[in-house]
Amino acid sequence: MADHDIYGVMAEFDSPTALVRGANRAREAGYLKMDAYSPFPIEELREALGFRQTKLPMIVAGGALLGALAGWGLQVWVSSIAYPLNVGGRPLISWPSFVPPMFETAVLFAAFAAVGGMLALNGLPMPYHPVFNVPRFVMASRDRFFLCIEARDPRFDRAATRTFLESLEPREVSDVER
Amino acid sequence: MSETNVMNPQGGGHEKPAYIAPGHSFATITDKISSIVLTQKVSVGWLIGLGISASLASLLLVAISYLFVKGIGIWGNNIPVGWAFDITNFVWWIGIGHAGTLISAILLLLRQQWRTSINRFAEAMTLFAVACAGMFPLIHVGRPWLAYWLMPIPNTMGVWPQFRSPLIWDVFAVSTYATVSLLFWFVGLIPDLATLRDRTTSKIGRVIYGIFALGWRGSAMHWHRYETAYLLLAGMATPLVVSVHTVVSFDFAVSLIPGWHTTVFPPYFVAGAIYSGFAMVLTLAIPIRAAYGLEDFITARHLNVMAKVMLSTGLIVAYGYALEAFMSWYSGNRFERDMMWNRMAGPYWWAYWGLILTNVAIPQLLWFKQIRSQAVVLWLISIVINIGMWLERFVIIVTSLHRDFLPSSWGMFTPTFWDWATYVGTIGLFLTLLFLFIRFLPMIAIFEMRTLVPEAKVREHGN
Repeated sequence: MADHDIYGVMAEFDSPTALVRGANRAREAGYLKMDAYSPFPIEELREALGFRQTKLPMIVAGGALLGALAGWGLQVWVSSIAYPLNVGGRPLISWPSFVPPMFETAVLFAAFAAVGGMLALNGLPMPYHPVFNVPRFVMASRDRFFLCIEARDPRFDRAATRTFLESLEPREVSDVER
Repeated sequence: MSETNVMNPQGGGHEKPAYIAPGHSFATITDKISSIVLTQKVSVGWLIGLGISASLASLLLVAISYLFVKGIGIWGNNIPVGWAFDITNFVWWIGIGHAGTLISAILLLLRQQWRTSINRFAEAMTLFAVACAGMFPLIHVGRPWLAYWLMPIPNTMGVWPQFRSPLIWDVFAVSTYATVSLLFWFVGLIPDLATLRDRTTSKIGRVIYGIFALGWRGSAMHWHRYETAYLLLAGMATPLVVSVHTVVSFDFAVSLIPGWHTTVFPPYFVAGAIYSGFAMVLTLAIPIRAAYGLEDFITARHLNVMAKVMLSTGLIVAYGYALEAFMSWYSGNRFERDMMWNRMAGPYWWAYWGLILTNVAIPQLLWFKQIRSQAVVLWLISIVINIGMWLERFVIIVTSLHRDFLPSSWGMFTPTFWDWATYVGTIGLFLTLLFLFIRFLPMIAIFEMRTLVPEAKVREHGN
């Protein structure tokens, strides 16, 4: 199997502490394209792997703004152009009463932006991914922690990377087939 | 954010988790919770429970079918009491739903770790309660096939909703609430669905859980965005839940009817919603944890804390009642005074004093630690509060409407068989959905429970 046939090399750890230590060591060794997999969120991993902050909050803010404008626009248009109703001589654009629905549409759009944005940035749904080819990877959703150095990393060399991962004292190191 | 974990915010220093029994590891938590769904045999108790609930849900089907054939004349409400059981039940169910959002969103923001073991099924409770609630206004409009008129949908008649009416605000608030609750619940489920996908031995299960897990693989960057999304959703759900019951209270407060037209309603409704919601969480959690042996996860400390939340929100509600009575006297308004006197001594006196007994008097027992530590007593009190909160809405709606300004337009409301059948039927629907939920989905958030294990914290020693 040539290097381009595999997705990467993966090490399996017992604890979040071992995983974070492994990720730190890999970064210090100069690896750039890698990912860690864990059964629950581990805040320290983001720094260890050198990931940047997500831009999700900006997407959500955009969603909220769009929702507020849409809700406001709908009510103003309906009440003043599409179906003007004179109720006791009150102004057609009686804005205080438009605030509650506007708030609701803002929250609705922002919630869709949060969920849709999170899934889109994560590239989900993704029914197939090479990491699932490692039989022991089913434990990633139970009690095991994985670090995968990917083949697209400039420093990746199948044998050397494997030796490096073995030096981290993992439970096991496996090749991830494409 | 940078130092502590969102799901496990207590962080620094605390080695001993307080809200999980000692001796659990990542594996035992995963196996214990997922086994309820994956490996345990269907128990006789579950079948009997589902059977009874589904029978009641069928009664709902019959009641609604008959309603569609005959019209809402089969109910006891008629002018002047145009709203009765239907809106009472609507507000009751919506209020019950609120505890789910409170537990999952507000307590997350307040970094209350004890929410972790109850948030999943409290959120499910929210969804099912909102489904039951939403049904009532829909069937109460009389011509349910025209209920879409409530939404701003372009139509050939050129008619649009009236946005100055709180009833339209209610449509927006409740539908947004239902949608956001569903999103929040589903996002919370994704990692646990992946766990079920990886652990199930059935092929169909793997496909179905696999589809809904969306290919989740626990990648570090995914977790980071996931937690950000979850936290933002919690931040949105918090003002949303307050807005929903505020808008529900506007349905009454914006009108001119004595007993409705009052500024205390929004805060008093929101507190009441949390009160009844926690009562319902306890009503459900105490039997479930006994039936499935979940005392390690839903500990006595959880019950104690929830009892305290009920006590404090109950006191706010009691203050609301006192203020209502005081203001009707202090306002000097004849109609207000008459309304209050009629509530206490009129034909529906039993509902008012029943409300004071169940919602104010009996819950004072929760001051005592001995009471809070006894699950059975707590369960009985929670049911009493559920009844009390139903009576509260009945008192507000029916006693205010049955005698308004003109004695010539006074009347009485008596529920019919179909009123009761519809109400009991929604309880059946709610319980049916809940029984199905605890059987097919993890009722406790597995991945969040893992963060409570001491080993979940990354130790700083040597790089």
